[in-house]
Amino acid sequence: MKRHSLGTRLWHWINALSLIVLFMSGLNISNAHKYLYWGEWGFAPEDAWLRVWTFPGWATIPGHYSLAQARDWHLLFAWVFGIALLLYMVTALLNGHFRRDIVTRWKDWRPSAIGGDIRSHLRGNFGEEGRYNFLQKAAYGIVIFVLLPLMILTGMAMSPGMDAAWPFLSEMFFGRQSARSIHFIVAWLLFGFFVVHVALVLLNRPGRHVWEMITGGRRDETA
Amino acid sequence: MKRRNVLAGLAALATAGCSRIGKTDTFAGLVDGAEKLHRHAHRTLGGRRPIAREYSLADVSPYFRGNGNQEVDSDAYRAHVTAGFADWRLAVRGLVERPLSLTMEQVRAFPQRTQITRHDCVEGWSAIGQWTGPQLSAILDAAGLQPEARFIVFRCADDFSGTPYYESCDMDDALHPQTLIAHALGGEPLPVRNGAPLRLRIERQLGYKHAKYLTAIEAVATLDGIGQGGGGYWEDKGYQWYAGV
Repeated sequence: MKRHSLGTRLWHWINALSLIVLFMSGLNISNAHKYLYWGEWGFAPEDAWLRVWTFPGWATIPGHYSLAQARDWHLLFAWVFGIALLLYMVTALLNGHFRRDIVTRWKDWRPSAIGGDIRSHLRGNFGEEGRYNFLQKAAYGIVIFVLLPLMILTGMAMSPGMDAAWPFLSEMFFGRQSARSIHFIVAWLLFGFFVVHVALVLLNRPGRHVWEMITGGRRDETA
Repeated sequence: MKRRNVLAGLAALATAGCSRIGKTDTFAGLVDGAEKLHRHAHRTLGGRRPIAREYSLADVSPYFRGNGNQEVDSDAYRAHVTAGFADWRLAVRGLVERPLSLTMEQVRAFPQRTQITRHDCVEGWSAIGQWTGPQLSAILDAAGLQPEARFIVFRCADDFSGTPYYESCDMDDALHPQTLIAHALGGEPLPVRNGAPLRLRIERQLGYKHAKYLTAIEAVATLDGIGQGGGGYWEDKGYQWYAGV
């Protein structure tokens, strides 16, 4: 049996590409109005809870300020990202990937258990080979079930056309400008995940991990 | 091997310089496809004419920000401001049975609708305002649309360095009950910065669709040959015509 199924691998790379494009085009869009507000409305610096810094060209798509082009990239890849996530979730539910590899037990969430996991992580002990440890399961679970869906929902809540069709979306985020703020915050949480995820791969046999995420690798049946 | 090719292709796409991809016809086609998909998804999910959320007076922003052109830089317009727009005319023309030239009094004589809605700028900010004016559908009824009319074009008095501002929408938006030719904001005549004396309210779409300083409404069969054919000033600069996202 493969360590990573074809569906997981395809989604992993399509998702990685989409998130990079969405994040970098999003930074370009952020440059268009560098203030974040809470509630339904907000347009003036004195109402803002955060003044966002200006993102440099090397961090944005396209590499110069263009709200029109950045929106083209962002709104196109939003579809790629959203549809890929939906297909992945359905597949992973049906083939047991979530149940087998991601679902955690309640007792794993006790502070003492989590503390122990963090301590063994810091000692360089990442747990059993071929299985996700608790911290991995929790991180992947939070990203897949909380952060990624939040990006889609807050993104849709900002769209005036979508808001007319499904007004409960922006209501559930306390208004359009709060949805915009949450979209920004969660984007940076995902960036944080990306940094840690890549760092841990680099620290722990990077060649093999990347190769397995491309070819599938082999799950040790006895493990 | 095939799968590996797909992955290699994806990686190449990521590194190949997005600005180069952005200039290709394929990319332009994909972007247009995504725009259409958004429009169809919105119309499907909400029914054909979902109503944009309306708010109460307590929700209104204390001040309604002006953006884009905040005045019309011409002596003729300044004379209209001084005269309280007594001689302003709104033409209704194109594919209509009875072309009209409406005075401000005639605009105010139509049945009026007042709505408190949220205005979302493409830049990201929002403001809530109370708008009053006749429904565009009532004006189009008075002029009598010809069956070939597929779009409504909005002509404006303002320009950017000599290029006139204009906008357009399909019949779905033109006949929508919340699409107004607004002459009042917060119960007062429109301030100059917000488009005096007349501006479009086209709820469910972003701010750049809400053309200000309206001089004419034109029913057309195609947007080709108008401006640069994009359907609006900002659309001709690369912004998407469907501004519901």
